[in-house]
Amino acid sequence: MNAWLPILVAGLLTYATRLSFILLFGRVEIPLWLRRALRYVPPAVLTAIVFPELLLQDGALFLAPGNDRLVAGIAAILVAWRTKNVLLTILAGMLVLWVLQLL
Amino acid sequence: MEETREFTEAQEPATSKRAEFLAGLKAELPLALGVIPFGMIYGVVALGAGLSQAAAQGMSSIIFAGSAQFISAQLFGLSAPAIIVVMTVAVVNLRHVLYSASLAPYVQALPARWKWLLAYLLTDEAYAVTITRYNQPDGSRQKHWFFLASGLLLWATWQASTAAGIFLGAAVPASWSLDFTLALTFIGIVVPMLRDRPGLGAALTAGLVAVATSALPYKLGLLAAALAGILVGAWLERRA
Repeated sequence: MNAWLPILVAGLLTYATRLSFILLFGRVEIPLWLRRALRYVPPAVLTAIVFPELLLQDGALFLAPGNDRLVAGIAAILVAWRTKNVLLTILAGMLVLWVLQLL
Repeated sequence: MEETREFTEAQEPATSKRAEFLAGLKAELPLALGVIPFGMIYGVVALGAGLSQAAAQGMSSIIFAGSAQFISAQLFGLSAPAIIVVMTVAVVNLRHVLYSASLAPYVQALPARWKWLLAYLLTDEAYAVTITRYNQPDGSRQKHWFFLASGLLLWATWQASTAAGIFLGAAVPASWSLDFTLALTFIGIVVPMLRDRPGLGAALTAGLVAVATSALPYKLGLLAAALAGILVGAWLERRA
């Protein structure tokens, strides 16, 4: 399988998104609707990655106390909300997950 | 003449570049530590998906965006068409446009070579600490050294942890569940962001749509979820 072409193209597109306004600032006015929409890209994308990790197991919805990742994720959300600290959030989430897996 | 020079030096002490650089390293350190397990897991997953060692490491330096790399590796494993891989990476990484727009006013006066370099280093983790530094109201004019340091530390950590993951291969037992650090890292970044109804609405909508559409092929549900979340966020903001 030749993966290099999609990797290169995806890398160039990613670099273009990072460079976009840093390079064009002052030369291009960002339309209001775009600025408004862009503000919701990080919470939307990141949460869209997180939710299935917490709520699904083998592709099926798993809403029960027996879902270790869900419980650990909720603990991590509480820690993130209280501390705003990424490292503490990761440590708390992993700790809860490992304890639940041992039980 | 002498007076002018002294005045300039007093405003711009020779150590301030160094001080900003060191402060950037210090601020980035906890976030860099947080990506180590994820970088290693990415390396393991990329090999498992059938990528060569060179392509797995190449993705870390060419794309240099953890979540997009992880998802691409899964897509390569599913033998998804190249166009799906590229589109998914583009949408997942669209958030960098926002970071770019947010930092653009601060780096406007820098030479072009600085802009090209800093843009390459613009990740979630570098953005999080750099925007905080730029928002501090002191008059330092060397904050780009802070940006550079945070970006470089994360870059080096990411390359090294990917390499370690590739090298160790399957030596990290799956029972350690280290892949979960990605979700936890994103929780740590997203939760403090959710301070108003539109943001919360965007996040919840995207999360629920992602779960509902998870059976779609090639992770297309992720694109649908992101789009739905962005629309709901913008709509709630207009209504408010």
